[in-house]
Amino acid sequence: MAGSNLPLNQLTPGQDARIEAIDVEMPASLRARVMSLGFVPGSIVRVIRKAPLGDPIEYEVRGGRVSLRKTESKFLSVAQ
Amino acid sequence: MSAASANEGERLLALIGSPNSGKTTLFNALTGLRQKVANYAGVTVEHVMGTMAVDDREITLIDLPGTYALDALSPDEAVTVDVLHGRIEDVDAPDGVVVVADATTLARSLQLVGEVMRHGLPAVLVLTMIDELKARGGAVKVPVLARELGIPVIGVVGNRGIGIDDVRAVLAKSRTWEQDPHDVPEDIEERYAWADAIFEKAVTQPNNESTVTDAIDKWVLHPVLGIAIFAIVMFLFFQIIFVVAAPFQDLFEGGVLALGELLAGVLPDGLLKSLLVDGIIGGVGGVVVFVPQIALLLLLIALLEGTGYMARAAFVIDRVMGWAGLEGRSFIALLSSYACAIPGIMAARSIPDPKSRLATIMVAPFMTCAARLPVYGLLIAAFVPQTSILGIFNLQGVVLFGLYLLGSVSAFVAGVIFKRGVLRGATYPFYMELPPYRLPTFKVVGHRVWRGVRAFLTKAGTVILVASVLLWAALTFPQVEPPAEIAGDAAAVATYQVEHSTAAKIGKTIEPIIRPLGFDWKIGIGLIASLAAREVIVATLAQIYSFTGDEEDFEGLGERLKNAKHEDGSPAYPLPTVLALMVFFVYALQCVSTLAVMKRETAGWKWPAVAFAYMFVVAYIGAFITYQLTEAFLT
Repeated sequence: MAGSNLPLNQLTPGQDARIEAIDVEMPASLRARVMSLGFVPGSIVRVIRKAPLGDPIEYEVRGGRVSLRKTESKFLSVAQ
Repeated sequence: MSAASANEGERLLALIGSPNSGKTTLFNALTGLRQKVANYAGVTVEHVMGTMAVDDREITLIDLPGTYALDALSPDEAVTVDVLHGRIEDVDAPDGVVVVADATTLARSLQLVGEVMRHGLPAVLVLTMIDELKARGGAVKVPVLARELGIPVIGVVGNRGIGIDDVRAVLAKSRTWEQDPHDVPEDIEERYAWADAIFEKAVTQPNNESTVTDAIDKWVLHPVLGIAIFAIVMFLFFQIIFVVAAPFQDLFEGGVLALGELLAGVLPDGLLKSLLVDGIIGGVGGVVVFVPQIALLLLLIALLEGTGYMARAAFVIDRVMGWAGLEGRSFIALLSSYACAIPGIMAARSIPDPKSRLATIMVAPFMTCAARLPVYGLLIAAFVPQTSILGIFNLQGVVLFGLYLLGSVSAFVAGVIFKRGVLRGATYPFYMELPPYRLPTFKVVGHRVWRGVRAFLTKAGTVILVASVLLWAALTFPQVEPPAEIAGDAAAVATYQVEHSTAAKIGKTIEPIIRPLGFDWKIGIGLIASLAAREVIVATLAQIYSFTGDEEDFEGLGERLKNAKHEDGSPAYPLPTVLALMVFFVYALQCVSTLAVMKRETAGWKWPAVAFAYMFVVAYIGAFITYQLTEAFLT
């Protein structure tokens, strides 16, 4: 189902998705940090809201709410 | 085991947890007022130590900075890791770790518990916000969680004190905590799988029913309303500082004038009277009258932070900060700089990217700090009419807002230049949490306001007092004999004395340099003196005009400035001069303490020197353009 994957930042508020993979292009320190925030393959993410100017975007993942910029969320590929 | 545990009877435990986990609330509940704030040796991250007494024994607790992981990205997080390893001088390695986790986010934080357990220190888990978990339909089986993790687990409601005694009892027995031999995976994905297996057995996930915070955020972070609310909050911030503080400030000013009048009445004429009335009350008093405005500013910042709106403001403005290559946390550091650049520069420690951090530090002094309030307050109150605009806005508040805006926009532009130029580099991850809205407690807000006011009064009693006395001496000596024809006129004699003082000589020497800005030698003296601290210019002008003012008529400094004349009879403070002076203060880095903190935070004199030089150049050019333009337009 690789074709149906899309980057996390393309979801719209209210949508749920499952994290499928983290892009290998993502720098290691960034990768480690988003993973400790709960963004690991298998986690379900829900988009809560976009900031009024469009970025960052607030997500709910593993019971917590975290806001990420597109520069980070574009590396996370999700499937709905 | 660590060195400290060799010392029987004394135990050192570290509190660790992610930001917003309720760690500090727990720490406060356990230690009460027995706390000490200090800096870690070598680095500048603050650490808070507290003690609690149980069974006649004392346990020391360290409240570590909040962290999501033990792979340190920011200086704050590096400290957490170093403390756990006992790598910090002056702080023994802890004997055990208290992991604090929000029960509603266990699906995320259980792996951090595992990561801490991997370090091999005896550990205990404290779950906060179990009431919140229950309210949202979730549940946690504490005994199951404890058995599965192999460490003690206690549930608390920190802000209501529920479960705190249980925590005390467990901490008292820290010697008996065991590190269960079952190992926690090192790889983070495997650790999540390990945590998920435990989570399944012990926790019922809460529903995602929307909370009060969600309901508020629907409006506060609304795509259109959110920006309007942000703008209104920022604008009201400055209106309130001016409008609400004014009557209190008049009260203070009246008090200072009355004190001066009283002393002038009882003391015999002479140097002592001059030192006390003109030097100390004129100088320090002129600055102290701004306590109401500073207290109000600190109160508003404490309320913005305490309610949770500050983080929302960072969320709203992050995109804009991103254009400058900065981030939302730079915004928080810069907003703190409205109180004072020093806490702002220190708040920049939470920025993981060293180049963003340095860029934030280099522009923070442009943010209008409380020390500029006396300068702006004096000039605006004296020279800007109290007209209302559109029937609702007070022109004085609007001008003040404009000055804050000029400083903030300049900081932003300087940030762009730094980040596109010498401080260009890879971006670090950006992530933040929006804490739930809370009603801030009177105690926390009051404490912050008082700490800030105390710091201001301390400065008034030290730096400003010393500068005032030095100035008084420079204005009083050498003592000159007035010419016979004015001998009878006290005000003329005083003016003659000031005109021939050491201060006047220095001021007149630099006058040619500042004349293009519309400044006379009196302002020049003020500029030199205010290199120590910005407020000193108010003290300087207060002294100069206290000397030369009419002894019989105790009017406020603003009135004196309005009536001040050059020797040729033209007003000493025409509008172009006032505007240029305000612009100069928007930009110039006249603050010894800020330079010292910059040196400490950047480990050297290079960056503070660069900051001082470029800000001075911008201040001079800005004031020059302002004076020349307004002069050309108005005359």
